Amino acid sequence: MAKLDLVMFEEEYKQLQEIISRLQTDSSSKVVFLVDKNGQQIAAAGEVRSIDATSLASLTAGNVAATDGLAKLIGEKEFSLLFHEGEKDNLHISIVGKRGILVVIFDQNSSLALVRLRVKKASRELQEIFEHVEQRAQSQGGDNAKFESPFTEITDEDIDRLFGD
Amino acid sequence: MTFINYASREINCKIVYYGPGLCGKTTNIQWIFEQANPERKGKLVSLATETDRTLFFDFLPLDMGTVKGFKVRFHLYTVPGQVFYDASRKLILRGCDGVIFVADSQTARMEANIESIANLATNLKENGFDIRTIPYVLQLNKRDMPTAAPVTEMEQLLRFRNEPMIEAVASRGIGVIDTLKATARQILMDLQRG
Repeated sequence: MAKLDLVMFEEEYKQLQEIISRLQTDSSSKVVFLVDKNGQQIAAAGEVRSIDATSLASLTAGNVAATDGLAKLIGEKEFSLLFHEGEKDNLHISIVGKRGILVVIFDQNSSLALVRLRVKKASRELQEIFEHVEQRAQSQGGDNAKFESPFTEITDEDIDRLFGD
Repeated sequence: MTFINYASREINCKIVYYGPGLCGKTTNIQWIFEQANPERKGKLVSLATETDRTLFFDFLPLDMGTVKGFKVRFHLYTVPGQVFYDASRKLILRGCDGVIFVADSQTARMEANIESIANLATNLKENGFDIRTIPYVLQLNKRDMPTAAPVTEMEQLLRFRNEPMIEAVASRGIGVIDTLKATARQILMDLQRG
């Protein structure tokens, strides 16, 4: 089955959050987002409120997916780094492991070199956690006894309620 | 691929609207956007051409409320319907949890509908999904058109797995929520099965 759900537990989430908070401080950047390749935000640090994070996550994933498609067209596996330079703010986008995307937004208080350096270190740490999450998902595939979905007892009424019926 | 976050008690599902060019995919999402409670909806992002044809995708995040203590959020995407945007369509299906096929009821568009379903099957397969098993709903849109084909005829041509089939006029909101609800039901029931 191709569909492998991404299940994140409190402890892993805390670790991810710590790493990106540290990255945000160490790289003197404004905001750091960790999003998943399908366009869903996983974690964020910095001046998060100033940005529409949901749209950012979806557009970043679209951007990465399109760039991925371009890479394959010219025979590359992927372009692991995207950089967009603006008048004030810049966007540094990099791929973490198989399914993560790290987005760093920074201005003149930082530099591309510093961001690249810090991102490299953080990426390694993030990758370890992603691998752990993936391994767990694979080892539990088809074995529901170990992982109980919160939706085991969902009813038609629950779904009706979501739609305000 | 559903994202279940136990730390923030959130669950995110990706739903993709698929179908031939000008069948009303964007209209579906726009209607939902206009009707949704402002607290529940995010921004509608449209990557469109100057003539309002979808270039890459439309995107609308929707907070649906809670189920079993988990906040349920749907991410609605449309694909560009025009034939030559196939590479983009394939990318958008990546990691989707459910697909809504919006069929154009006009007789002249029946062939385009059939081709688009075949294209959906191919693109799903390339993303590792099976069109026969993924949560899937068929919407017969533009039922108000004078040239609309009879429902029985469309059913015969387009329905292939006893999927929910909903008649709609997306421009007036008819059938739009029912379609989304039928898809949500399948996705959440799928999660239940684990």
